[in-house]
Amino acid sequence: MAGAGALAASGLGFDIAVAESTRVRQSLRIAGAKEQHSICPYCAVGCSLVAYTRQTSNGTTELLQIEGDPDSPVNEGRLCPKGATAMQLAISPRRVESPQYRASGATGWKSVSWDFVLDKIANNIKASRDASFVTTDGNGNTVNRCEGIAFAGGAAFSSEEGYFATKLMRGLGLVHLEQQARV
Amino acid sequence: MTNHWRDIRHADLILINGANPAEAHPVGFQWFMRAKLDRGAKIIHADPRFTRTSAVADMYLRIRTGSDVAYFGGLINHVLQNNLFHDAYVRNYTNASFIVKQGYAFNDGLFSGYNPDGRTYNIATWSYESDSATGFARRDMTLQDPLSVFQLMKTHYSRYTPEVVSSITGIPVADFNKVADLVGQMGKPDKVMTIVYAVGLTHHTTGGQLIRSGAVLQLLLGNMGRPGGGMNAERGHANIQGNTDHAISWEILPGYLRIPAPGQKTIADYVAQSAPKKSDKNSWNFFGTNYSKFMVSTLKAWYGDAAKKDNEFAFNFVPKPAQNSSWMSIYDQALKGKMEGLMLSGMTAASIGPDSNQVQSALGKLKWLVIMDALPTTSSEFWRAPGADPSQIKTEVFMLPATHWIEKDGSFVNSGRWSQWKDQVLPPQGQARHDHWILAELFQRVKKLYQSQGGKFPDPILTLTFDYKDPLKPELDEIAREINGKDLTTGKQMTTFANLKDDGTTTTGDWIYTGSYPDSGNLMKRRGGIQDPKTNDPTGMGFYPNWSWSWPLNRRVMYNRASADLDGKAWDPSRPGITWDGSKWVGDVPDYPATMNPHDPNAYLPFIMNGEGVGRLFSNGMVDGPFPEHYEPVESPVANPLHPNNSASPVAFLYDKAAGRPNRFGTPQEFPYIATSYRLTEHEHYVTQHVPHLVQLQPKPFVEIPYELAGQKGIKSGDRVRVSSKRGKVEVLALVTKRLGPMTVAGQKVYQIGIPIHWGYVGISADSDPSHGRYWLANALTPFVGDANARTPEFKAFLVNLEKM
Repeated sequence: MAGAGALAASGLGFDIAVAESTRVRQSLRIAGAKEQHSICPYCAVGCSLVAYTRQTSNGTTELLQIEGDPDSPVNEGRLCPKGATAMQLAISPRRVESPQYRASGATGWKSVSWDFVLDKIANNIKASRDASFVTTDGNGNTVNRCEGIAFAGGAAFSSEEGYFATKLMRGLGLVHLEQQARV
Repeated sequence: MTNHWRDIRHADLILINGANPAEAHPVGFQWFMRAKLDRGAKIIHADPRFTRTSAVADMYLRIRTGSDVAYFGGLINHVLQNNLFHDAYVRNYTNASFIVKQGYAFNDGLFSGYNPDGRTYNIATWSYESDSATGFARRDMTLQDPLSVFQLMKTHYSRYTPEVVSSITGIPVADFNKVADLVGQMGKPDKVMTIVYAVGLTHHTTGGQLIRSGAVLQLLLGNMGRPGGGMNAERGHANIQGNTDHAISWEILPGYLRIPAPGQKTIADYVAQSAPKKSDKNSWNFFGTNYSKFMVSTLKAWYGDAAKKDNEFAFNFVPKPAQNSSWMSIYDQALKGKMEGLMLSGMTAASIGPDSNQVQSALGKLKWLVIMDALPTTSSEFWRAPGADPSQIKTEVFMLPATHWIEKDGSFVNSGRWSQWKDQVLPPQGQARHDHWILAELFQRVKKLYQSQGGKFPDPILTLTFDYKDPLKPELDEIAREINGKDLTTGKQMTTFANLKDDGTTTTGDWIYTGSYPDSGNLMKRRGGIQDPKTNDPTGMGFYPNWSWSWPLNRRVMYNRASADLDGKAWDPSRPGITWDGSKWVGDVPDYPATMNPHDPNAYLPFIMNGEGVGRLFSNGMVDGPFPEHYEPVESPVANPLHPNNSASPVAFLYDKAAGRPNRFGTPQEFPYIATSYRLTEHEHYVTQHVPHLVQLQPKPFVEIPYELAGQKGIKSGDRVRVSSKRGKVEVLALVTKRLGPMTVAGQKVYQIGIPIHWGYVGISADSDPSHGRYWLANALTPFVGDANARTPEFKAFLVNLEKM
């Protein structure tokens, strides 16, 4: 009966005295961790995230936890199933670990170096640009456009990267420039 | 969004069309529920499918996909016929009083100026009658002139009676009338309604006009510019907004400046053909007036010392497209053998479609394809998709491992235009590199090739500015400073776009972001949130001006001059946007000169960005009509009840026909059911096929089939079914449901089938499937046709057949 009384008095739904007597000393998983801020990578509500990391003894960074940021006027700490599992997008054994190359007609990928792919793509860009570049159109107008290369992307990378992509692609003379907004 | 997520809590009535926020934007949906729970707001959800949004709505309307112009048109008609519009707002803050030129007409589904051969309109008659003395538009403030926008609009929408609306949309007349009653109360100054939409409105051949029809209704009710009001697009990806602002889009330069057109030789030519024109003496026409300053400052940011007054600031370095160069055009050009190379970052063409089979054929016609992504995609793997023969696919494919969002800093801009900075939390995994470092190094290598070998017009490549500490590894902080822009005379960061100049002494990468990064620091990093509402939300309206930064100039509700009456008092003092305190505007950051007295006879009209200075009920800004009109989807089971002779959009561009390729549209005889596509809470487009927890929650592709139709076909939940269109098929599991159901449209019984889009031949589910997800691409079904204006594909309304396997 004493227990029932304490339960009612605590208002917590459990007996504090019992809980105290059986308490196991625990530390938080994020104790001592570095706290940083991010934004959910999925939809455009723009939920703020708190990410906790710790440096391990071998010098790598361990991601311990991602949770909703309670200070945000957008999400007030809440996350949906996608945001709540963002750790599994951040750290994944399915990631492409190195540049891959599939030659014309080849039946498989070949792991290659960054230097190899960047060199080949730069040469492709130059060749396609020179082959499809129109300086003057049929009406004699200066148009300086590259018709044979397209770039599409950007809904998943930072705004500053997007601005940079626009600047570089327009610099190359591209007219076919697209991202997820239209589709 | 004209407003922002938290602002939705201020609404009295929330119309949700073409969206399912409870499932697709669940955390944003808390603000809808706050409106409902805290202020008794009503939610009306019109959607083909009963969803979790419908479950908490006050009214659910089963609407036929793609018919929302008729729904909004019927509401516009109700408001006009019963004089329920916000009178002072409509007279003073919209172009209702503007007189339209003689010659404008609308007959049998066609506006004046139609050219059937080119499938285009000459829009000369869609303009205002100008006053010969002033050159400005003539106005009739009584709104009685038969050629006034108000009277023309009243006539136009008089056809949208409740019975016609019901016949087109399938919504019962009694239900429509109930909605009309609720909406009709929202024209009172102390009431406010918001309209929320997503890609369920945009993904149609009439997408632009679907949205405009909602905007017209909002202007009539006086709800634009007000807290709790507006037209609010819920965007589907973390940074669609930011990278639209920064113009990864064929038709614009940063900050929504138009891409120059052939024939324009000078900045003056460009501005004359691109900038809005002032059409009322009290119009500020801020955008039009400053267009050249924004353009020249951008050219200075890009071409530095090579952009000089005597070379028109390198205007000829900017490419001038010959024709539409949007998403479908890329694959159309590839099919014609005119596209050699494609670079994709964080987008997969094979899954996105439309008409994935045709898009995959197009990918196979490229010389080279570059994928920049953290994880494999259906585009990186298209050459070995189930059923494909890699040896026959000649495209050279590069897969470049890119970093994830959490491995780099930079900003994401949410639907509410809040640019929120994020930290780099983790180092890149494996050999992954940042997208912008990949692009920087590619560009520098290309530049070296031009320096050593020469080539076509290398000038822009050789002179493009790269003022970064390490040109191969620019920091996003450096780029953010460049976007903001600086005064070249003083070396200081700009604080507002109002100070940009067109004499070459200022720079900006994107004028709408000027002010985001002054000398005092990066304002997008600000974190003054709900931990201290008293300090951080001084108006109590939830603007939180010290949390991140929103464009333009940290304004949280766009067009907010329209939140106050002619005297500068809030239409509803309990929900003010900005108000005039006798010497200045207070509240949100004003969308108006900060000290302009509303009683000044020269005071500007409220909508400062357009030429009219007022909201446009009638507009020549669209290629398919000055008023929104209902057209059937390109594939529809019925003829348009309003004008069967001109049933579908007369100006939607038909790629296959124009290119001489075989027809890929189906008929209702072969494909009798309407289909629509959508997303699930547990998946984000295609990338989450790699996330184990989410695949566990939603493991397999399925289609939702109405209970009655399933009964006719002997289909039970869990059966395998084939859904096919003229273009392709999916073979997946059936989910039989009462969330979808039969409707009566144009006197005919029709069924709608629902198709989630998330699956394909790449991911955890595909890896464990015997066919490796061979017929899982939802967009194998969708048509290769899009909106007449934006060319947004018609993903949301097409015809299919259904078979039990």
